[in-house]
Amino acid sequence: MNEKLLQVSGSPHIHSGESVKKIMWSVVLALLPAFLVSIFYFGLPVIILTFVSIASCIVFEYLIQKYMLKGETTIWDGSAVITGMLLAFNLPANLPLWMVVVGALIAIGVGKMAFGGLGKNLFNPALVARVFLLISFPVQMTSWPIPKPIFKLGADVVSGPTPLGILKEGVKSGQSVESIMHNSDMPGYVDMLLGQMGGSFGEISAIALLIGAIFLLIRKVITWHIPVSFLLTVFLFSGIFYLVDPSYYANPFFHLLTGGVMLGALFMATDMVTSPTSASGMLIFGLGCGVITIIIRLFGAYPEGVSFAILIMNALVPLINKGFKPRIFGKIKQ
Amino acid sequence: MNSKLSILTKGLFKENPTLVLILGMCPSLGVTTSAINGIGMGLATTFVLVMSNVLISFLKNVIPNKVRIPSFIVIIATFVSIIDLLIQGYLPALAESLGLFIPLIVVNCIVLGRAEAFASKNNIFDSLLDGLGMGLGFTFALFLIGFCRELLGSGAILNTKFIEGDGILIFVLAPGAFIVMGFIIAIVNYIQQKK
Repeated sequence: MNEKLLQVSGSPHIHSGESVKKIMWSVVLALLPAFLVSIFYFGLPVIILTFVSIASCIVFEYLIQKYMLKGETTIWDGSAVITGMLLAFNLPANLPLWMVVVGALIAIGVGKMAFGGLGKNLFNPALVARVFLLISFPVQMTSWPIPKPIFKLGADVVSGPTPLGILKEGVKSGQSVESIMHNSDMPGYVDMLLGQMGGSFGEISAIALLIGAIFLLIRKVITWHIPVSFLLTVFLFSGIFYLVDPSYYANPFFHLLTGGVMLGALFMATDMVTSPTSASGMLIFGLGCGVITIIIRLFGAYPEGVSFAILIMNALVPLINKGFKPRIFGKIKQ
Repeated sequence: MNSKLSILTKGLFKENPTLVLILGMCPSLGVTTSAINGIGMGLATTFVLVMSNVLISFLKNVIPNKVRIPSFIVIIATFVSIIDLLIQGYLPALAESLGLFIPLIVVNCIVLGRAEAFASKNNIFDSLLDGLGMGLGFTFALFLIGFCRELLGSGAILNTKFIEGDGILIFVLAPGAFIVMGFIIAIVNYIQQKK
């Protein structure tokens, strides 16, 4: 111990006590409220699916690290757990379990290990897997179980549409947004806030996700830049369209509370490895995510665009890092 | 004789145009939705490669250096037209599924690359072997990519389905082509490094 104290090394000398492990486990902790809410609404399948996802991510990480990369075991740093958890959060609760395992293989094998492991991946592994599954199994990936509080008895699995799905279908068939909003399947704003709406099971409750994110902000695991600029852009950009034609475009609160915007902005886009390093870069990153999300939602073929938006911006991160370098400490602007 | 054999075999593995030289990416990604498509495309390209290599090698002393690229293109285009019409006439199903990619062999950089790098400098027999080796290497690579994509994407081997419904659809679509190709190239690199 003493020997360790006396060691002289290059700066910085002050260590915050943070480690990859600590950061990862606080993210897991921050995801718990949303996890509990989804158990409340979707019941046992959520637990099974999350467990399968996390377990297979860990197994694949272990196998690839040990037998293909032949490196140290990295499963204890928690990154595979987060990937597994985020992947599960992005899936409908009634997805066949073997698809979850395929997703985990893609997340860890293609999304992360193919690039060399944690810290070297270009794209958010969980999102790579989600988009992979969405394109591969469009039917299973878009049949969402209807949320039903755990204490209410009734038919077990009934699938229903997501609010964004209802909106897209309605607009396509020429209804005005106002009449779509009065559709009986459409949840009210309070339900959207609390989580009683169709969707991937981790994205439903805005409140629970916000609680988790505030915890991460206090722990300084994430900074405010990406979530705020992402959410603000979604709000303002969809707000502009709403002001132009309220009968054709939904109002900005709807866009903010439905779909994966909250989960994406708070937990996916803020992934340290795949987001820019400087504050101004992060703001640009969030702005791009928000704009692409709304463009896909309003004009694209898919009802939801958060995962595509974040992946596209992930690809631009090296470019953003080049353009928005952090100011070197002590250097005077010329 | 050994050197003749190495001219033939280098295209198959050591200098495989698709998996090692990373040439001709457009058809390799575009038509390899099934193994049969891959073989059809590969053999069509092989025909063009062999014939154009032979003819260019034959004419190499006649073609003026300044206009050699246009001359090569004209020769290649001739053979592409021949194979295009032949496939349309005798294999209409294949022509249907390969579509525009057959005429596009004209601008396939493997064909022009071999003409420029090999046929215009070597004798007729060597050029023939080179074209054959490269063409078969290309066919092999396309077959491999097509086989993997067909197996994963539609759950079939050589058009015989063994599962109900769809496979992992992404492998039939463009992103799947990139993923499969990336992993095959990685495996080939791994094998070559081990040697």
